[in-house]
Amino acid sequence: MGFSLDAVGFTHANGYRALQGIDLRVAPGERLALIGASGAGKTTLLRVLAASLRPDEGRVRLLDADPWAGSPRALRALRARIGLVHQAAPIPPRQRVVTAVLAGRLGQWPLWKSLASLVVPADPEGARRELARLDLAERLFERCDRLSGGQLQRVGLARVLYQRPDLLLADEPVSAMDPALSELTVALLNEEASRRGVTLVASLHAVELALRHFPRVVGVKDGRILFDLPAAAVSDAQLRELYAAEGGRPGLAASTAESPLRAGELPLRCA
Amino acid sequence: MSRNAAANPFAPEDRAAAPPLRDPAALPRLGWTLAALTVLWPLLQLARFDPAALFESGNLAAMGHFVGGFLPPETSPEFLALLGKATLETLAMATAGIALAVLLAVPLGLTLTRSLSVSRLGPGRGGWVGQVLRSLARGLLAVLRGVPELVWALLFVRVFGLGAAAGVLALGITYGGMLGKVYGEILESSDDRPTRSLLEAGSGRLAALFYGLLPNAARELVSYTVYRWECAVRASVVMGFVGAGGLGQLMDQSMKMLNGGEAATILATFLVLVLAADGLSESLRRRMA
Repeated sequence: MGFSLDAVGFTHANGYRALQGIDLRVAPGERLALIGASGAGKTTLLRVLAASLRPDEGRVRLLDADPWAGSPRALRALRARIGLVHQAAPIPPRQRVVTAVLAGRLGQWPLWKSLASLVVPADPEGARRELARLDLAERLFERCDRLSGGQLQRVGLARVLYQRPDLLLADEPVSAMDPALSELTVALLNEEASRRGVTLVASLHAVELALRHFPRVVGVKDGRILFDLPAAAVSDAQLRELYAAEGGRPGLAASTAESPLRAGELPLRCA
Repeated sequence: MSRNAAANPFAPEDRAAAPPLRDPAALPRLGWTLAALTVLWPLLQLARFDPAALFESGNLAAMGHFVGGFLPPETSPEFLALLGKATLETLAMATAGIALAVLLAVPLGLTLTRSLSVSRLGPGRGGWVGQVLRSLARGLLAVLRGVPELVWALLFVRVFGLGAAAGVLALGITYGGMLGKVYGEILESSDDRPTRSLLEAGSGRLAALFYGLLPNAARELVSYTVYRWECAVRASVVMGFVGAGGLGQLMDQSMKMLNGGEAATILATFLVLVLAADGLSESLRRRMA
């Protein structure tokens, strides 16, 4: 269980090198946060971990399996055990909340059950339980286009919680939420991971949130791992380097509005 | 993922390095527009498109005479009874034809839809199998709709004899080709992120279709299908001329007997049917909103 990446690199179709030389070993049940400026490669890294992107270089092992060596069936079974919370919840606006949450188990249900659940929800109680943890239980039968951005993000989270994955990934899971709710939600993710003993990887814009809730913090810059440390060992200098603008190079303007940073005034969130 | 796109507003010295503000897409757009016009103009010439001819006095009189022959519409009870029977036959033919077309179009359209392709997620094995299948489906759809329904009808009349059966089959085949192509395109142009994320979470293709694509695409699919049904009602006229039954055959008889009044009543019936189809489509869309 857990996962390992060895010298993983990924180049997008347009030639942009999103990841290079990524080495990362994570034991089962570990919880780590990915931080870094936007465009640093956090999302690409998470998609490699979700077995949805196949890296061009290096080796990937997820949950004791090589996702790209087995049959398509094995890959599908592996994907059903990995849950990725997306930054923008990928939910059709006309879908009802209950359907959107139950969709988390499509990888585990047989087709007949999935289709029957569109007519009569197969497990409304289960969906309500996950929503209740996110304070959304009363919206169970509402349509998703009636929800606010933060509520929709929580529905997306409830879907992945309902999936009960062995590897829990989250890409900016609180980007649409206010600070108080972000705090609760990140705590909930950590609590879920520790209670079920599953591995959790979350990318966060809010550095302070990452340092406070996660035992292990990985800084990503320009597609490489800049540091990989226990949260307590991350220094201000490292954070400043992580978010420092890479000025000076012609034609490649800096992308961060976060800098300059000081420990006391780290942005709690940046959407 | 956006990367390094915007200049840092806090670093004015970067502005000098920023690219000039001219839209790089402007020149190609102008070029394509000019190219389209240069192609269109000779085509219009070739088609002898001359709108002025519509309004020459002799032509106006000829058209007026033709239209005048349609008045007054025929309203005798015997004819109306005949008309009612033919209308039912036409509706039955159009509906059965569309049902057959949908049966053909759904599997072919789904085959075309790339957003349902699992191999596209990661370049897994067997990606070329999907590509070959998609090309085959595309080719088959082109053949189905490439041959006009009239030709199919002429073919099937030789098998089934005069009557609605030939029309149903001809409609089903041609419209199956059209529906399949458009189904595939509607599904492709709807937001594919929900489907993608479901496939990435191990869902099967059909389940991903129902949970990810259809909620967004269903309205378009339904209204296009109803529109095709409306077209099928009209197409049945043409096929009536080759003996495939329904209103078309009635129209053919009336025209051959130079009975303009009957033709006018039949045309009015068509108008009512088209309006009804429009109303049906509208109410279905509203229900699914």
